Amino acid sequence: MTYQPIIGLEVHVELSTESGMFCGCSGKHFQAKPNTNTCPICLGLPGALPVPNKKAIEWTMLLGLALDCKINEESRFDRKNYIYPDLPKGYQITQLDQPLCGSGSLEITTQHGKKLIRLRRIHLEEDTGKIQHTQLNGERVALVDFNRSGVPLCEIVTEPDFRSVEEVDVFVKKLQRVVRYLGISGADMEKGSMRIEPSISLSADGKVPNYRVELKNINSFRFVRKALEYEIERQQREEHVQQTRGWSETKNATVAQREKEEAHDYRYFPEPDIPPMRFAQAQIAKLKAQIGELPDEKKERFIKQYGLSDYDAALLTETKERAEFFEEVAKLGIAKTVANIIINRKARTKEDVLGFLQNPSGVSEDELQRVIEQVLSDNPKAVADYKSGKEPALMFLIGQAMRLAKGKSPPEELKKRIIMYLTDHHA
Amino acid sequence: MEVNTLTLTQAIEGLKKRTFSHAELIAACMGRIKTVEPKIKAFITVNQKAADGIPIAVKDNFSTKDIETIAASNILKGYVPPYDATVVRKLKEYGMTILGKTNMDAFAHGSSTETSDFGVTSNPWDLGRLPGGSSGGSAAAVIADECIAAIGSETAGSIRQPASWCGVVGLKPTYGRVSRYGLIAMASSTDSPGPITKTVADARILYEILAGFDPYDATTSHQTITLETIDIKNITIGVPKQYFRSEAQNGVNQQVLDAAKVLEKLGARLVDISLFDPEYAVSVYTILQRAEVSSNLARFDGSRFGQTRDQFNKENKRRIMLGNYTLSAGYYDAYYAKAQKVRTLFINDFHKAFEAVDLIIGPTSPSTALKKGASKDKVMFGELQDILVEPSTIAGLPGINLPCGFIKRLPVGMQLIGPQWSENIILSVAQRYEEETLWHTERPTL
Repeated sequence: MTYQPIIGLEVHVELSTESGMFCGCSGKHFQAKPNTNTCPICLGLPGALPVPNKKAIEWTMLLGLALDCKINEESRFDRKNYIYPDLPKGYQITQLDQPLCGSGSLEITTQHGKKLIRLRRIHLEEDTGKIQHTQLNGERVALVDFNRSGVPLCEIVTEPDFRSVEEVDVFVKKLQRVVRYLGISGADMEKGSMRIEPSISLSADGKVPNYRVELKNINSFRFVRKALEYEIERQQREEHVQQTRGWSETKNATVAQREKEEAHDYRYFPEPDIPPMRFAQAQIAKLKAQIGELPDEKKERFIKQYGLSDYDAALLTETKERAEFFEEVAKLGIAKTVANIIINRKARTKEDVLGFLQNPSGVSEDELQRVIEQVLSDNPKAVADYKSGKEPALMFLIGQAMRLAKGKSPPEELKKRIIMYLTDHHA
Repeated sequence: MEVNTLTLTQAIEGLKKRTFSHAELIAACMGRIKTVEPKIKAFITVNQKAADGIPIAVKDNFSTKDIETIAASNILKGYVPPYDATVVRKLKEYGMTILGKTNMDAFAHGSSTETSDFGVTSNPWDLGRLPGGSSGGSAAAVIADECIAAIGSETAGSIRQPASWCGVVGLKPTYGRVSRYGLIAMASSTDSPGPITKTVADARILYEILAGFDPYDATTSHQTITLETIDIKNITIGVPKQYFRSEAQNGVNQQVLDAAKVLEKLGARLVDISLFDPEYAVSVYTILQRAEVSSNLARFDGSRFGQTRDQFNKENKRRIMLGNYTLSAGYYDAYYAKAQKVRTLFINDFHKAFEAVDLIIGPTSPSTALKKGASKDKVMFGELQDILVEPSTIAGLPGINLPCGFIKRLPVGMQLIGPQWSENIILSVAQRYEEETLWHTERPTL
């Protein structure tokens, strides 16, 4: 029997606002000394009250707008009640049935083409503290660090629309890019500012089965892939049961953590300390205007405006900073050449780019670019030969290029360029 | 005359004229505490460091920096907060000093102080009787002249009912008017801090100090604070028949109706009105309050402050269990969600009533102070004692208790309820009544 994986994701993104979700503490907890960044509110001291962070609410809506989500005009916070040492109030303030953002979508492109991944919702909540199991005076203890407690956390929930590990991989990377473009989070898996919890089941008939396995403790994109691949293999040989499993790096496998029977009753109810929120359409429109150009749009514009290939444009728009750098220096020479310098020569400053544009061999980068493009377009047969594996064709092309460059450019340089052109991104 | 017997208004006046000093005022209160506390037990903690301010007593559920704050519960024994509640901060900024922390029902769970883990407070009018609660310590301290004024908190009746039983003024402001930041939560959606004082004028002074938006409490309002005095001749007062209950103690209803007649004589217009039967409010309030309690008490796990959970008393545990039950899957709609709907009906009922009248009058409590032990084994004691203040509580409305007479040397209290943000109307009418009747000048012999 052939099974098809059905995968959905819950993605947590820590917002990099100046202050906490409900208090004034800084959210910068990574590698900070434990419990140095707390206050009565995030410690849940008696009498302390939460006041929602306006910026975190706006940023969540911004993310929702960037992901084509319906923005709910009415939204509210709820209490999710459960007892755990890293949860100081005994409940987490989150959102149950009136999240800030409703359904949306994000388009991904895989080797099989384009696909729309539907998003169910995006809501805002507070992060918990962190438990460290360690030894203290020879005694095994669990210590709690509340620095992370109360950091704003955005939860993005997708529909179970993924049918392969590749789709998940492309999606999470694209989502990370969008979040970083919006400037609302570092979205760093290793630092825990982006956390992915996939749910996976195997379907024999293409329908969503009545069980799912939730995967936790995943702190890199690589582990997302590995954990999913492991599950696809495991679920083919083991009985299908609803459970929570954690990724174990040492075992290189997922390990069962919790069965369905242990499911909590969180006794949700509307958070009485925070009045319900209402947003006017004008307010939402104002936020929408702040989004700016997202990676896809920027890529399309680079292709059109600068005549770049899809591949180069994608590489240059990988980060907003890189794209901005490119646009800053694009005018220094032919845009395509500048793109090459940034991508292949790893130019990082304006000076770098200028240096490469006017290289010591006496042939400018622009000229070199023109020479190679002309040689390749003048000799389609040699190009085709080389691509089909006929090595001598390369020597021919190099010879042609040397002639055209009037011997001013060293053959090794030309060879490198031609190979790059033919095999790498322009192939 | 000892200066501890002064009203807040008189104390401020005397300090301004340098008739006496802060130190003398504090010393007089400390002296009185020393004399009567063995009998009254109004305080859990007396602040020996009180200095340089007008001495005010604060209920033990307000967070006070560097002063132990335990909400009368063993579970918080040893907890010294690192911060001041907004109410406390505002009092200090005005120039007051915290004289001590007053007794209350543990976590405010009750209307008698009998659920306090530190013993019951005695009613200064009759030491064998209850002061009411949960702010029983504050009300007893005020009438016993152990302090100049006090702060209480009301979730449903906890300011007005003890004020009634002790014969003092208790103002419960509109929900959202006074910050809850630093007030150990009972039911977050109705908790309201407010003054317990010797006179209406004193309540007005404290109200002015405490009222206002607080960036630390998202439920406080930006609504303008009106302090304007309103002429009683322009006021219509509704007399709801449902608040004059047949099971009320003999004489209570009559005293309150007499008080209404006094208001009429002063120029107010009285009209008979009909409101929802308050007994439905008991069910609504009980469900919502228990639900919020069950969640609010989850943080008391002994890991960061205080003691372990076995230190909760029986009443605390009962409330936690009932609250968890009403919120649990499958019961939420039947209890919590339904109670919220009925709460909306009560809000609408008051809205309708206030289209025709400015204020509503009624007894605060169906009885005068009950004997000690009255709450024992009565799990709904508080809710039934507070039946007449629960409807306005769940609607978030302001109200005041005023002494309006005595039955067998025990004070009777009347309440005036107004629409949201009408504290100035309530205080104006209460002020006129007080000037006319002088019940507030009566003191118990101790």
